[in-house]
Amino acid sequence: MFASETILEITYLIATALFVLSLKWLSSPVTARRGVLAGEIGMALAILGTLLHKGIVDYTWIAIALVLGAFIGVPLGRVAMTAVPQRTALSHAFGALCVTMVGTAEFYLRAPNVPRFMMSVLSLEVILGALTFTGSLMAAGKLQEVLPQRPITYKGQNFVNLGLLAVAIGIAVILVLQPDKTFLFPFMIGIPLVFGVMMIIPIGGADMPTVISLLNSYAGLSAAAMGFVLGSKLLIVAGALDGASGFILSVNMSKAMNRSFTNVLFGAFGQEQVSAAGAAEARPVRSASPEEAAGILAAAGKVVVVPGYGMAVAQAQHKVRELYDALTRRGVDVKFGIHPVAGRMPGHMNVLLAEADIPYDKLLEMEDINGDFAQTDVALIIGANDVTNPAAREDQSSPIYGMPILDVDKAHTVMVIKRGMGAGFAGIENPLYYMDKTLMLFGDARNFVGSIVKEISGDHA
Amino acid sequence: MQLDLVTSLYVFLLAAFIGFEVIRRVSPLLHTPLMSLTNALDAIAVVGAIILAGEGKSMLAKILGTIAIVAATSNIVGGFLITDRMLKMFKASGPRKP
Repeated sequence: MFASETILEITYLIATALFVLSLKWLSSPVTARRGVLAGEIGMALAILGTLLHKGIVDYTWIAIALVLGAFIGVPLGRVAMTAVPQRTALSHAFGALCVTMVGTAEFYLRAPNVPRFMMSVLSLEVILGALTFTGSLMAAGKLQEVLPQRPITYKGQNFVNLGLLAVAIGIAVILVLQPDKTFLFPFMIGIPLVFGVMMIIPIGGADMPTVISLLNSYAGLSAAAMGFVLGSKLLIVAGALDGASGFILSVNMSKAMNRSFTNVLFGAFGQEQVSAAGAAEARPVRSASPEEAAGILAAAGKVVVVPGYGMAVAQAQHKVRELYDALTRRGVDVKFGIHPVAGRMPGHMNVLLAEADIPYDKLLEMEDINGDFAQTDVALIIGANDVTNPAAREDQSSPIYGMPILDVDKAHTVMVIKRGMGAGFAGIENPLYYMDKTLMLFGDARNFVGSIVKEISGDHA
Repeated sequence: MQLDLVTSLYVFLLAAFIGFEVIRRVSPLLHTPLMSLTNALDAIAVVGAIILAGEGKSMLAKILGTIAIVAATSNIVGGFLITDRMLKMFKASGPRKP
């Protein structure tokens, strides 16, 4: 009996090491797939080891649940690349659901004699788990557009939200001191469930990268707390790794928007900016046809494409690849400039462009590409807006002042593919559009890029 | 097996430090696969759920444990699957197939 216990612990130890290696190998696209394999082996070892655990008396339900989970998991692993943000949000919800269920079961198995330390981590586990569950479902709903993407705000919203959280924490404190008050436990789950919904209601689409990262971090921390409750070092490590990853990404995203976490969660960005948008007036812009755009692009030596969420919405990434091919064939140097918050989750644009078969060494981060714009003939912006707004650099009164942007305005010519003159997500005017060197290309991104490609390939043949 | 508070905190602290150091080195290029991979690894919570459902100490524990296994397994299967699919797409430039 002692021996089997030791074997299980060693299995967990190996799994822990494999998990750390898995993330280490993810640092480069060359070794990344080995990382996934390491993670899979670690996971398989841990699950097999656990199944041999001596305490398990009945395998029926486990078997059914494993098969059912796999059935749900396979389609979730096969979604289209454009649906990856909502899939990710959904998987945060599943992770949080698992943790909350286990926490609840553990409480009722132990109540009313729950030691204070145990009750503290258990409270942390279920509060974080419950709010991440509904919060992630809301985020997934907004990303899938089954829920309105627009931020919804009302008077006293922050007061209500903070109040809810305070009550949940208050209940946790009472339970830690008096764990026999078991009737309070459902409230400690129910209130964070409501809080999770309320937390996401005021958050708009462009803040999703930060919010998804933050929910990722919460999911990890709740799993680590579960590790504390169960006394599982493996789970503590996995949760801490996930929590650290989500935290780093959240910090990156906030920095890329020049905002703090609290500002994202309590700011409801879109709402604040209504007054700033009011200043919009009809100023002249220069527009161009696909033929003209094709002519300029084909004559250029160096082109930087700046994709944004609009490219994903228009499903234009494959046409963009054709453009990349057509220009590269003519000897034009084409690179992509990617802002950290472009899209709806960290790294979103990279995945879409990689799917369209654009080599990853052509995808450059903001810091790496910004120095190049002065020597760039054409900056082609496809469905991005606020991340290219020079007001963030120059206009101190602008609501996005201080946000790091792609310096597209330094290129010799700027082309912007856009449906119309409507302001961006934040409702902020973009002075870029009124510059003398800017050409507005009005139309659907996919069709417009398609027409440009036709022009370029046509006069090439 | 039960850990005491101090041991648990040590494990958590060290793992968090390793996490920060390792994940800081992940290129922003791969931040989407990073999120789906950590999500799959996080679903190791399934081991706790398996024990709950298998020990059957109470009906409630069995039901909640079973739901938890379903949720976690879907994350494991879906998470690894999509991460690998994404990583397969990242190719360096060079001679490309027609």
